[in-house]
Amino acid sequence: MKINSPLEAYKYLPQTNCGECGEPTCMAFASKLIDRSGKTSDCPPLVKEKKYAKKLAELDRLLAPEIREVVIGVGERAAKIGGDDVLYRHKLTFFNKTKMFFDVADTMEEAALIERVKKIADFKKFYVGRNLLLDGVAIRAASNDPAKFAAAVKKVAEIGLPMVFCSFNPAVLKAGLEVAKDKNPLLYAANNDNWKEVGELALEYKVPVVVSVFNDLDALKSLAKTFAEAGIKDIVLDPGTYPSGKGLKDTFTNFLKIRRAGIMGDTEIAYPIMALPFTAWMAGIADPVSASYWENVMASVFTIRYGDIMILHSMEPYATLPEVHLAETIYTDPRTPVSVDGGMYKVGSPDKDSPVFFTTNFALTYYTVESDISANGIVCWLLAVDTDGIGVEAAVAGGQLTSAKVKDAFEKAGFDLKTDTNHNTLIIPGLSARLQGDLEDTLGAKVKVGPMDSGRIPGWMEKNWPPK
Amino acid sequence: MAKKIKLSDITSMFAGMDVQALEGVTIEGDIEIDLSGLGGGFDPMLAAALGQESAILAQHFARLAGMFGYPVGIGAPAAAPAISPALAAPKLKDIIPAKFDVANIAEWTTQIQEVPIGNTSADGGSRGKQVMLGGEKALPFYFDAPMPNRNQVTIDVFDMRIGLAKAVKENYDEVMDSPGEWAKKNVDKFNADMITIHLISTDPLVKDTSAKDAAKTVEEVLQAVDVPIAIGGSGNPQKDPEVLSKAAEVSEGERCLLASASLNLDYAKIAEAALKYDHDVLSWTQLDMNAQKELNRKLMKQCNVPRDRIIMDPTTAALGYGLDYAYTNMERIRLAALMGDEELTFPMSSGTTNAWGARESWMVSSPLGQDSDWGPREYRGPIWEIVTGLSLAIAGNDLFMMMHPTSVAVLKHITQTLFGMVEAEPVDIANWIGAEV
Repeated sequence: MKINSPLEAYKYLPQTNCGECGEPTCMAFASKLIDRSGKTSDCPPLVKEKKYAKKLAELDRLLAPEIREVVIGVGERAAKIGGDDVLYRHKLTFFNKTKMFFDVADTMEEAALIERVKKIADFKKFYVGRNLLLDGVAIRAASNDPAKFAAAVKKVAEIGLPMVFCSFNPAVLKAGLEVAKDKNPLLYAANNDNWKEVGELALEYKVPVVVSVFNDLDALKSLAKTFAEAGIKDIVLDPGTYPSGKGLKDTFTNFLKIRRAGIMGDTEIAYPIMALPFTAWMAGIADPVSASYWENVMASVFTIRYGDIMILHSMEPYATLPEVHLAETIYTDPRTPVSVDGGMYKVGSPDKDSPVFFTTNFALTYYTVESDISANGIVCWLLAVDTDGIGVEAAVAGGQLTSAKVKDAFEKAGFDLKTDTNHNTLIIPGLSARLQGDLEDTLGAKVKVGPMDSGRIPGWMEKNWPPK
Repeated sequence: MAKKIKLSDITSMFAGMDVQALEGVTIEGDIEIDLSGLGGGFDPMLAAALGQESAILAQHFARLAGMFGYPVGIGAPAAAPAISPALAAPKLKDIIPAKFDVANIAEWTTQIQEVPIGNTSADGGSRGKQVMLGGEKALPFYFDAPMPNRNQVTIDVFDMRIGLAKAVKENYDEVMDSPGEWAKKNVDKFNADMITIHLISTDPLVKDTSAKDAAKTVEEVLQAVDVPIAIGGSGNPQKDPEVLSKAAEVSEGERCLLASASLNLDYAKIAEAALKYDHDVLSWTQLDMNAQKELNRKLMKQCNVPRDRIIMDPTTAALGYGLDYAYTNMERIRLAALMGDEELTFPMSSGTTNAWGARESWMVSSPLGQDSDWGPREYRGPIWEIVTGLSLAIAGNDLFMMMHPTSVAVLKHITQTLFGMVEAEPVDIANWIGAEV
């Protein structure tokens, strides 16, 4: 983004305060443009009225992210990568989570191939109110045979995930494109040998393309520049990913350099970067668990430092779970609040016989507890105690969670255990067990110590509820 | 020679059976691990005698480390069939040459303070080596300036038997009643750079061990190992200052790391003990950069702790449970320091063990029905600790307080690779598309 204050964006807006965008004033809308929570297309007059056309074009140019945004695939699972404006997430936020593509080879048996692709498509990990997913399929033309590759593409395309076509052979890539014309796959890759042919394919089929030069940033930039000048806009960079020793350190350095140059305004190399943790499987690690761990470690490094899309092999849960969680960690918007409002929440439609739990108002804690309870069909009252957004264990240690705080939270919520329940009982988090006696005195209620982890509430309930 | 079992054998043994966790499995016989072929300089450890399931893991990781350094043959695809050269459009006629160039960060003007832990005989102590933290002039592993000191790992020891995740516990079960033996195992078998002795039994709500008795445990550990040590309290803010002071007294001259001074306890008493008996202070705050500045300021200005005796613990939250806050807090602290905030120019320490609090690291399976299968927890736990630690290493953390031997080995391997001290034969990745995996 070339501008950073709402005033600068305001200059290009109609300045009529018409409110059609949903904001009371054009200045308020300008703020949303600057923090990237709004888009120019949200302003109907700007888009519709001809007299603003010039201003709109200029504003769009000024607001365009430093790193080009590239879309792979079509439909609701299309993968958007790039689009960043900062080097550190706290400076704004990172956009478009690192996308995890898993490999299949065109030499695989049909049944095995379909099973693996379905597994990629169906992966789900619940996390604070939503599901973390895997993003796409990288089809490796291990056969180097256009017909075989096309056959594999056809099968993968039916599942509907975004695809990367992996071959340095233009004839193979073309065969794939012919059977997946409307799927917008990413071509991997143009290199110093095949760039003319692969560039032509990108232009002809209007698909995004990777330029690949290992460990030579001058040559990589030259290729990207050549493509850009030829009218290819959707470019992804592959500087090579080496799996070990100095090679891996060089790769890390290349990622840092490319992204720093891009954010600082070198538009010729301001494109998303592809990492290939897959190469962990080429490092001579004979044992699959070790190779999988090492691939995971490489994926972690490049999720944090500027990999926008990666190709991986291991589908073991111990690999995929940390991968999706780390991408979520790094790309979560740091501007969203850490805490939920303190108060009494209902899970389902609780009545006077329903159990009463409390937890802290740290957003992660609250949503974890809430989802554990509701996913298991437990109807209850859930009190969020204001601990300044600190989790249970730390808040007990730090004095932000005390019996007085809990009492205060009940009073503020207007909830009285004696009159609003038939059991006059409170279930407390296992990690706050040391407050039990104090709470019984302070609240004049029965206090039962729940499990240490809210995932165990269902089992705990079976043994301990209703109270005898 | 023991029979070698591969994980894949075990997996296929149990395939089709509804086994969620292996309870009480014992692997008989000696576990032999071949560590030849490793480059010099890197000491990957890799626990030989781990016991039970971990023995298998140790084998995997021994191979991981062992395999690095060998050239690899890759199943390359057959030569590409010739295709007729397409007529290039005029636009794609010639490569337009470009030069890549990027500047170093000019704003990184300030060096992080170097802080040593442990005194050798030269400094009046009895440690076999000193650990040096800090000294960075750039973010970790960046090309702007070389990183002078590698990351260090201190492995936890507790002064009583405590509840630990199964995957962790089986490494320590037989030494958990003896802090000295425990410490020795961490150093001899698991390649710990340092030991942290946690005096948790001193908590009035646990065993209420006296400061004097706790100090004996510290002496025991100091005699058992010659690496530098960190001394932790129980987390009880009323009692910790007294416990740590007494521990500082009996370890006078050893330059231990006292963990921790914080704003909610008598930090002045801990600082005073550090100065009087020649130790370092861990300055601990909870995910709050301004509180960290305040505590560091108080330690320096009010308590006269010299700059080369302060290490910060800005709090570690586990992957999936607030790591985003912990990560960004550390990265902001380090960036502010490099840009000259003198109240933050200190090395950092992470309680990476907190990763074991994440349910993904220890639960047998997901409590939520709609989740995809979580797979065997034996492999989830260590990686949860690794990813939590590695993320913070990249954010700027120097010292890692860890528990699982495999996690220690892998974290060391990746951080030392990024540091630049791991030699390996170059791997030819040109044909990754046709690789057989």
